[in-house]
Amino acid sequence: MGQALDVHRLHFAFTITFHYLFPQLTMGLALLLVYLKTKALRTGDEHYHRAARFWARIFGINFALGVVTGIPMEFQFGTNWAAFSKAAGGVIGQTLAMEGVFSFFLESSFLGLFLFGEKKLGRIGHWWAAFLVFLGSWLSGYFIVATDAWMQHPAGYRLGPGGEIELSSFWGLLLNKWALWQYAHNMLGAVQTGCFVMAGVGSFYLLTKRDEDYGRTFVRTGVLVGTIAALLQLFPTGDMQGKMIAYSQPPTLAAMEGLFQSQQGAPLAILGQPDVEKRRLDNPLELPNMLSFLTYREWRADVKGLLEFPETAWPDQIPLLYYSYHVMVGLGTIFIAVMVVAAILLWRGKLYDSRGMLWILMVSVPLPYIANTAGWMTAELGRQPWLIYGLMRTAEGVSPRVAAGNAWFTLIGFMGMYAVLAVLWLFLIYREIEMGPEPGRDGRGDFADAPAD
Amino acid sequence: MGTVWFCLVAIMIAVYVLLDGFDLGAGAIHLLAAKTEEERRQILASIGPVWDGNEVWLLAAGGTLYFAFPALYASGFSGFYLPLMIVLWLLILRGSSIEFRNHIKSAVWDPLWDFLFCSSSLLLALFFGAALGNVVRGVPLGASGYFFEPLWTNFRLGEETGILDWYTLLVGVLALLALVMHGGLWVQLKTGGEVRSRAGKLAARSWWGVLALTAMVTGITFRVQPQILVNFSTWPWGLIFPLLAVTGLAGVPFELRKRSERRAFFASCAYLTGMLTSVVFGVYPMVLPARNPLYSLTVSNAKAGNYGLRVGLVWWVPGMILAAGYFTFVYRSFAGKVALDKDSRGHGD
Ligand code: HDD
Ligand code: HEM
Ligand code: HEM
Repeated sequence: MGQALDVHRLHFAFTITFHYLFPQLTMGLALLLVYLKTKALRTGDEHYHRAARFWARIFGINFALGVVTGIPMEFQFGTNWAAFSKAAGGVIGQTLAMEGVFSFFLESSFLGLFLFGEKKLGRIGHWWAAFLVFLGSWLSGYFIVATDAWMQHPAGYRLGPGGEIELSSFWGLLLNKWALWQYAHNMLGAVQTGCFVMAGVGSFYLLTKRDEDYGRTFVRTGVLVGTIAALLQLFPTGDMQGKMIAYSQPPTLAAMEGLFQSQQGAPLAILGQPDVEKRRLDNPLELPNMLSFLTYREWRADVKGLLEFPETAWPDQIPLLYYSYHVMVGLGTIFIAVMVVAAILLWRGKLYDSRGMLWILMVSVPLPYIANTAGWMTAELGRQPWLIYGLMRTAEGVSPRVAAGNAWFTLIGFMGMYAVLAVLWLFLIYREIEMGPEPGRDGRGDFADAPAD
Repeated sequence: MGTVWFCLVAIMIAVYVLLDGFDLGAGAIHLLAAKTEEERRQILASIGPVWDGNEVWLLAAGGTLYFAFPALYASGFSGFYLPLMIVLWLLILRGSSIEFRNHIKSAVWDPLWDFLFCSSSLLLALFFGAALGNVVRGVPLGASGYFFEPLWTNFRLGEETGILDWYTLLVGVLALLALVMHGGLWVQLKTGGEVRSRAGKLAARSWWGVLALTAMVTGITFRVQPQILVNFSTWPWGLIFPLLAVTGLAGVPFELRKRSERRAFFASCAYLTGMLTSVVFGVYPMVLPARNPLYSLTVSNAKAGNYGLRVGLVWWVPGMILAAGYFTFVYRSFAGKVALDKDSRGHGD
């Protein structure tokens, strides 16, 4: 790992993975906050206002971390990936700049109002503030996913005279088919994080027999929304992502599935360890013909294996890619099971008393984080060896003058700083949960709870 | 098209400096102007709801620079690798200290964050100034279109420059003093009691430093970057920019004496705008001057394709109008002096 390229890759991978821990909760909670505020507005019940204020406090802490870890991401395109930026900045800079202009302004302006201005704005005004924060964060998700989707599946561009990549169709870039599906799938992932966190905190309150009326609200909200999201995550969005890969990035699909030999009626591997040297999957547990069916909707369809492609077209981290993909899909299946069972119990009116299920919900909180991270690793590792699929190799994109040692230095710097941030985050969030939604604890007084008019 | 975007990016950067400038300045004087817990919370409350929005101007300007002048973004950002990373770390520390300080009340928690808030704001102001100094002085760009600057070399203005040399440091100090003045005026405007009068005094005192350094740096700059004189003599109408700066600078003590805090703050805005626009006007058409003028990046050799730039205008204009709308609304909502609720602790800020 002395090579500049590898260090720059690790630099980006580490910082983005850490950054995305925060926006996924922000975006998921933003939706749930709008739901709680709507309930509050409609029922006029103070209970929902307090529930919303509780989650707004957690949202605020989480958002702050998203902001401070997000800024380095934007810089890194220029600092670490200068050659890429020079070649493609005219295209992906569009979506990145639009993210700033259309979503970050919206989000940051109204978050201030949402957190500090409940009294000033009144009930309806405050609902709007919540809604605009939601809109801002979801727009921001779209622009960034569209940026990534363009790297996965370039559209709306042409090559300029000096080989630089120029925008040729704005809508081609913005409404890239890849972006639309990737966005839908990704946002569902974020909603699942929000739902599991909310349901998990609710379960904690129910299991520890405190703030139980809030506990019930949180569990109910998390499970209802979560069930829908878990199902949509698999179908149609996850399914569609898989198909797009099969058509546009066939070596990636083969590597994700650990398929070396081309096969008619290819099986779907549930378990097994890819062995790149021996070019086979060790100890596979397979569902026959399933892969062919899932990708092409035909039991006997021909699926190309890795050996069909030159090795220079293979992703360079096949086992990691394979495991990431399987972890995501495995967890996705588990989420569906958990949420559906919880929803049935809820419907039967038994959920709040079934300690087993509440325990499961509580300890599942980290799982959607793992699934989201694994999903992005699948997407990004699967894109290799391309930085812009089919247009530019990752090796061609790094900053030519930034030596490996410099990148190591700053990478380690980020690691240290982020370790501290992670501890702070856990500590502050835990404190909020510990204090709970009722006003008056820790001398907090009634400030946040003063009636909004 | 290149020139149009050059102006638009310049405007965004100027707005960034005016807005984030006052909260950086407020941070830089935090420990000096506010002594008690109550006072420190007043300063934080004066920027609490707006600082993140202010910082977004940096991101939006960065993004705009990225798509309008990709070659500049690539070469500048990778060349300033080390200082930019330090800036990022400082931004992280600063953001965290503003957001986390008020969550816990403890004899060790508050002072720690107060210190970090103050020192990171101070260093950021210094670094931003030095960055501007680097752009004016020019960087060691070669034929490859890339460079890599160490943090410092021998502090001289030779071929092998570092980020910090006597000139860029001088500009850094000027920036720091200017933002101390700017932030002091903001805090004076937004708070009451002791903080208000201390902040006002700090602003008034730093004014002298700003005055002295502005004169000195301006003189030196003409020698460091000859293009500036060329531009002002080719297009004399450009003198309105320095004129604006001078008027603004003169306006600050004038308005302070009349006790109109608001106008004094706006005068300081005029000063900052005037200084920045003068520089921008002076280096045009270069976007990143090189020590060897042959290799300078200019509005024409660094810009993106014309189609993209044209499309950009179509969304940029309405986008900015919207953003201006939000800002007006937010600043209106939080207008007037900050009132500390008996308990704002722990409420998300
Ligand atoms: C809670 C999170 C979560 C869960 C349970 C799933 N996914 Fe996912 N998946 C993501 C979160 C995610 C993600 C983080 O959002 C990714 C990364 C990039 C992207 O667009 O979405 C992703 C990417 C991603 C990709 C790769 C896209 C690419 O390479 O560009 C495929 C093929 C799937 N997903 C398919 C599935 C299937 C079939 C699932 C079965 C249930 C599934 N995902 C569950
Ligand atoms: C949360 C979401 C994301 C995660 C977890 C993630 C993860 C990763 C990982 C693991 C790598 C390293 C790949 C490798 O070196 O093999 C990587 C590289 C990269 N990603 Fe992402 N990514 C995310 C989103 C994005 C987005 C939205 C963009 C673009 C806007 C992006 C652009 C890049 C670039 C430019 C690289 C470096 C070049 C490369 O190694 O391919 N990533 N990312
Ligand atoms: C290379 C990729 C990325 C870049 C350059 C980037 C940039 C940023 C920046 C600069 C911020 C702070 C905004 C502020 O000051 O208000 C931020 C926050 C945010 N980002 Fe990212 N980001 C990246 C990846 C992602 C991904 C993959 C997502 C989700 C799909 C995402 C969603 C968000 C959201 C919702 C926020 C709002 C604040 C929060 O984090 O909670 N970002 N990002």
